Amino acid sequence: MKLTKWLSLSYLILMISFLYAPIVILIIFSFNDQEFGTIWNGFTLRWYQAVFNDRQVADAVRNTLSIGIIAATTASIMGTLAAIGINNMRKGTKKVVLSLSSLPVATPDIVIGVSLMILYVAFFRLVGAGSFGFGTLLVSHIAFSIPYVILAVLPRFKNMNPFIYEAALDLGAVPFKAFFTAIVPQLMPGIVTGFLLAFTMSIDDFMVSFFTTGSGVSNLSLLIFSMTRRGVNPMVNALSTIMFLSVLILLFIINLRDSQKLKSRGE
Amino acid sequence: MEFIELKNIEKNFYVNKQERQILKGINLSIKENEFLTLLGPSGSGKTTTLRIIGGFETASKGQVFFNGLDIGKTPPHKRAINTVFQNYALFPHMNVYDNVAYGLKIKKFSKSAIKDRVEKTLSLVNLSGFDKRSVKSLSGGQQQRIAIARALINEPKVLLLDEPLGALDLKLRKEMQIELKNMQKNLGITFIYVTHDQEEALTMSDQIAVMNDGEILQKGTSENIYNEPKNAFIASFIGTSNIITGTMERDRKVTFLKTDFECVDPMPGSVVQIVVRPEDIEIEQTPRDRNSLKGEVIEVIFFGVNYEMKVKTGDFIWKIHSTKSYERGQFVYLFMATEALHVMEMERSL
Repeated sequence: MKLTKWLSLSYLILMISFLYAPIVILIIFSFNDQEFGTIWNGFTLRWYQAVFNDRQVADAVRNTLSIGIIAATTASIMGTLAAIGINNMRKGTKKVVLSLSSLPVATPDIVIGVSLMILYVAFFRLVGAGSFGFGTLLVSHIAFSIPYVILAVLPRFKNMNPFIYEAALDLGAVPFKAFFTAIVPQLMPGIVTGFLLAFTMSIDDFMVSFFTTGSGVSNLSLLIFSMTRRGVNPMVNALSTIMFLSVLILLFIINLRDSQKLKSRGE
Repeated sequence: MEFIELKNIEKNFYVNKQERQILKGINLSIKENEFLTLLGPSGSGKTTTLRIIGGFETASKGQVFFNGLDIGKTPPHKRAINTVFQNYALFPHMNVYDNVAYGLKIKKFSKSAIKDRVEKTLSLVNLSGFDKRSVKSLSGGQQQRIAIARALINEPKVLLLDEPLGALDLKLRKEMQIELKNMQKNLGITFIYVTHDQEEALTMSDQIAVMNDGEILQKGTSENIYNEPKNAFIASFIGTSNIITGTMERDRKVTFLKTDFECVDPMPGSVVQIVVRPEDIEIEQTPRDRNSLKGEVIEVIFFGVNYEMKVKTGDFIWKIHSTKSYERGQFVYLFMATEALHVMEMERSL
């Protein structure tokens, strides 16, 4: 009895350390006061200082945040409109379109990245102008974020009274007003979850960004990748730690919202 | 000029890629301040008719006139018509006050005017002081009242009600029937009411239009529809009735169950259907010289107010409501007065 308990506990510890040891080590070494090597040489914050004083890092942060916010906002609008359209489709078409639009979630990032790159090349050749850079990076992030918004918004329709939109029209609202006062507030929790998911995905992404960015435009994940190629610098550790924590906080917020939603539905 | 007039309204829907005609040429006129009920079984087209009046559907053919103007292409937000929807369709993200105030806010009324009117309207539906409550916390009956208040606050000329009492329990439904009827009378608003409940239709309406299969079969007052049903479908849909097939060789003389009867109707055809309401048949111990039939009592059920008895004559079983009861197996005579017999033309498809 004691042995099995001991075994199961040690298995749990083993598994968790296997999952988290790399990240824990990364975080620890981000505070290590030594340029090279993996020997502990005392606590320091200078790598974080270096991160915050580095122009390249500042650019990458700005790119990451602006792409994350613009992409998530655009994807939220487009995804919500798409969800409304899908919801109003007939059953057969609905299934097909929903599967088609959520397929990218399951497609390997490298496939999305390479195919987007080929698409842009073809497009540039067709138009005779254009180059990789911020624009292509942004469009790519919007593209892979939309399915997450659709999947977050669509379930909101299930508990909605189908006559609510008509009720608003009936009371004198023009269609545009009826949509924003009667439908959108009810979709809002789904839209916000979709936005946060899209934002997280955008910050998190390396693969698609790698294939679709151009010279001089880097987001954080691309910067970290290029820094590691020049040898592991403890600055990379510090930067990775910051990224890990921000994504962790975002995911925590999303989960908190979901559990609150479940609670309010249980009332 | 009629207040509301539907002319030859047809509506086709595609169901599984097949075109189906839901409305087959509806003609209907409604007077101002009238309580009109569209009564019919589900699928008869009554809700579609209502939605065409409200502007939520457009007719495939035909015209809708409101005060003499063709409103067929007017969108719902521009019609002086408000609707109480099935299952209320309240805005769940707003409280009671904001739900009721919605229409006035859209019309850009001043804050104080809105506050005044909301208070008045809430007291009209007996829900004063519910302003801050969330609509989700209200009972079905209260939500119903809010839905009515939300529509009435706009002072519509016409109120459309789509099975508004369908989700309420029997007692509450009866109360709301009376309240709605009083509201309609006091406010002087035209009500167009959709229901499949014949009793509800009979108690509330000035005019009833009975619908089936996309057509209006008969339109008239409650008494008119109940006493003079045009065909067997209406007779069986409204109230309980005995419907029997007979023949008619001349006016005011009808023959069924091998017996001749005097009646008040002229001859609509040689083969006819006769409707007799269960309360219009008298059970007697002795035969009369006319309009009398012999039968055997085969079932007696006590209903509180009266008894329902089944009496067999030949192959036909009569349903009879009476305050007197008879023994099972007893032989009795059924007397039907000349006015009790209502002769109708034979219905084709029944």
